[in-house]
Parts: sequence; C-alpha cells; structure tokens
Amino acid sequence: MAVIPALVVQGTQMLLVLLLAPLLTGFVRKVKARLVRRLGPPVLQPYLDLLRLLRKEAVLAENASWLFRVIPYLIFATTWVAAALVPTFAIGLLFSWTADLIAIIALLGAARFFLALAGMDVGTSFGGIGSSREVMFATLAEPAMIMIVFTLALIAGSTQLSSIAGLMLSSGVGLRVSLGLALIALIMVALAENARVPVDNPATHLELTMVHEAMVLEYSGRHLAVIELAASLKLLLYMSLIACVFLPWGLAVPGTGVTALLVGMVAYAAKLAVGGFLLATFETAIAKMRVFRVPDFLGAALMLGLLATLLRFVSRSF
Amino acid sequence: MNGLAFDVAHLLAGGLVLVSFMMLYQDRLYALLNVFALQAVVLSLSVAWQAWAQDAPHLYITAAIALVLKAIAIPVALHRIIARLGIQRQIETVVGVGPTMMAGIALVALSMVVMLRVTPEADPLAREDLAFALSVLLLGLLMMVTRHNAVSQVVGFMSIENGLILAGTGAKGMPLVVEISVAFSVLVAFIVIGIFLFRIRERFDTVDVQALDRFRGGQQ
Repeated sequence: MAVIPALVVQGTQMLLVLLLAPLLTGFVRKVKARLVRRLGPPVLQPYLDLLRLLRKEAVLAENASWLFRVIPYLIFATTWVAAALVPTFAIGLLFSWTADLIAIIALLGAARFFLALAGMDVGTSFGGIGSSREVMFATLAEPAMIMIVFTLALIAGSTQLSSIAGLMLSSGVGLRVSLGLALIALIMVALAENARVPVDNPATHLELTMVHEAMVLEYSGRHLAVIELAASLKLLLYMSLIACVFLPWGLAVPGTGVTALLVGMVAYAAKLAVGGFLLATFETAIAKMRVFRVPDFLGAALMLGLLATLLRFVSRSF
Repeated sequence: MNGLAFDVAHLLAGGLVLVSFMMLYQDRLYALLNVFALQAVVLSLSVAWQAWAQDAPHLYITAAIALVLKAIAIPVALHRIIARLGIQRQIETVVGVGPTMMAGIALVALSMVVMLRVTPEADPLAREDLAFALSVLLLGLLMMVTRHNAVSQVVGFMSIENGLILAGTGAKGMPLVVEISVAFSVLVAFIVIGIFLFRIRERFDTVDVQALDRFRGGQQ
C-alpha cells in the first residue's frame, strides 16, 4: 500500500514546520543583531526560551475567564494546521486537497479573532488597545489577502495551493504583471500580519507602538510559550507561502523518490534562509511607521491586489 | 514576438503604472522626487527593451533621453528648486491617500476597458502598452488635481509625459523627431514652470496653489 509512505511524508511536513519555526525566528534575530554589529543571542535561543516558559508557572489574572485559558491552545492549533497545509518541500501530499488558500486564510482569521478576544478578556487597557489595533489592521489585510488569492486562482484555475504551485513549477506561466503585483501585495500583507518592523516591532514593549505584544501581555508560562510558537509558525507559514507560489523550484512532485524529497528539503531550507536574511535586512534598513499610517500601507496592499485582479481580468493576452 | 520578450515588455509597462501609484502614495516632496526619478528609470528600461525587441535602434536614443533628462536632470533641478524655495516639505493633499488610490484604480480600469475595446485587431503588445500608457497619463492628471503644492503638480505633469513616451514606443514606427520634440517641449515647459514657481513664491510666500483662488473672478 502507498498510503503509509504518503502518511509518513505528510507527517514529516507537519513536524518539520513545527520544528523549523523557532529556528527561523532565531535566525532572523541573529541576522538582525549581526547587521547592527551586535553579537546577538544564539540561533537556538527561541527553543531555550520556549523550554524555559514551559517550565514556569502560568499566572492568571483574577478575573480571567475560561476563554483566556483555552485561547492559546486554539491559536496554536489553528496556526499549526494552516502552516502544515502549505506545501513546503513537496506538492501533491496526502492531505494537499485540504490545502486551500481560502481555508488557510479562514484558519488564520480564526486565530486572530481568538487572540483579539483574549486581549480584551482580562480588561486591562493595553490588551484593549492591542486588540482594537489588530482588528483595524485585519480589516484591511484580509481583503488584500483575498484579492491576492483571487489573482492566483484566476491564473491557476484553482484555489488549491498544491495545484497552484504545480502550475508555477511547470513554467508555462512566464512573467506576469498580475503576479508581480500580487507578490508585492503579499509581502506587504505578510509584514503586517507577522507584526514585523514597518507595521509593528516584535522586539519592543513600548506601550504606544505595540500591537501584537499588547494583546499577549497578560500571558505567562506555558500559555505564552504556545502563543510565541504560534507566532513563529505564522512567520514560517507566510515565508513558505511566498516560496511555494513564487519560487517553486526544487519542490518534489508526486511520484518521485526519496532523493527528490531530500532535494526539496534542502531547497526549502535554502529558501527560508534567503527569506529570513532578506527580512532581517529589510527590517534593519527601515523605520517603524506611525500606527495611523498603517491603514495607508495596508490600503496600498489592498489596492495592489485589486489592480492585479483587474489586470488579470481585463488583459486578453494571457 | 516571442513569449519572453512580450512578458518582459509587459512587466516593465506594468511597473510604470505601479510606480505611478507609488507617486500618489508619497506624502513628502523629496520622496516624491525620488519616486519620479525611479519612474524615469523604469521608463528608459522599458523603452530600451522595446528597442531591442522591435529591433529599432532609434528607440535607444529615446531611452537615453529619458534616462539623462528625466531620471537625473529634472529631479536634481527640482531638488534645488525645493531647497531654494525653502518650502514645507510635507505635501497637503486635497483628499486622503485612500480615496485617491481608489480613484486611481478606477482610472486604470477605465483606461483598460477603453483601450482594449477600441483596438481589437491591433498588435497585442501595442494594445497593452497603450492601455498602460493611458493609465500612467490619467494617474499623472489625478496627481495634478489632488495636490495643492505646485511642485508636486509639476511632477504630475512630467509623469504624464512618461505615459506619452510609453505610448509612442509601444506603437511601431513613431519617428524619432516626434519623440525628441516632445521631450524638448516638456523640458521647455519645465523651465517655464520653474520660473513661474519662483514668481508665485515671491508674490504669495507659498507654492500652495490655493492661494491663487482669491484671484478667480465671478465669485464676489
């Protein structure tokens, strides 16, 4: 039976994203530190942080409801499922029929909804600020993401990531203006969704500027550990998404042997390293923007997505 | 024309529209000038690619003119003008960035629909190029009407001319003399506008064209 090897490969991918996610975060931090000529923490530091947090006691606010305790696991579960659905080193895996872009957006949207609820649950003012800002950004980021999905779906004739990546891999697509616009829009959305520098600073606790950190301020111990792991997973997810749609080279196609899978894994690691390096360089080079400028930024992403869809619709020649 | 040449030409023309949107998004004068220079660089790349793809060497001259005049000379001159005017470098827009962007999208959609309807049997590359060129032109006009500041209106005017050059190169057989005369008439216009800028500044202590509204007749 071919089911068992297929299950093994699928399981490998699910574990791989979980294991690689903190490494990617640590790598980005390390490169950022080196770029400003600091030594920086070791690349494996996020794993140690997670272990430390897991060993610590979880402190709950007195008026925290049951929701507050459940939400970290919900966020982690939805993000992990979404991250495991994105093709990383191979396409056409056993569960790839579920890897629908709209499903992934819905999973991430659910995670964000719960996180915003958690931010407001305890009733501190920071959590409320963080939640309201997060939701404000989401109202622009999600339509932009949907427009990008429409563009990809119009080109590939499917919203399934695996078949989109397969089509991109077949090199029958060529250079497309719509794809270029969608790539830029996707990068902008990814920066905003992962709370990276021009939108939010992942390393700060300055109350006037923080968004994501404000929502998770009340969490501690194992709850904080799973939330941080989910944040790393989300970063990995967006990088895999960009890699599998726009840089599909090296992905193992179904029916090829173990060698192709290994090549796919090496290519995936290389893509993540390049992506992480570019992200760190970009973050070092740019300043954080004002919170009230972020809607303009995300509006531009939405506009690009709209333009990409429009061009794809109207242009006759492809 | 083979696939790749078409794709690259299309991508560069699309890039020009994208840079036009970036210009609408800017809210600082110096950033606006840098984006304008970027647009000229993209334009000259696009023209040079057309020259290679169409095997039309005179287009290389057009590309060189675009690069030298519009990517270097005019932005540098505008930088100097802004420095000498000593004006506030933040741009006041008539409406916010969001509505402007939406209007821009609508204009691009309009130019796509119009161009692709009226040229059904033309060469596909020329059609797409014309559609993009019309978009750049309309976005330049949009920039002129949504800005109060005279300097950014000049930039909008110059970007209209970028759209014209794109249209001219997309259509095969545009004579060089037409392109050169367009380029130089724009340069003359730029000089005249530059003088006007200083006159406006001298007279009203600002380059905000709203100050001119007082002199409109028939409202008293």
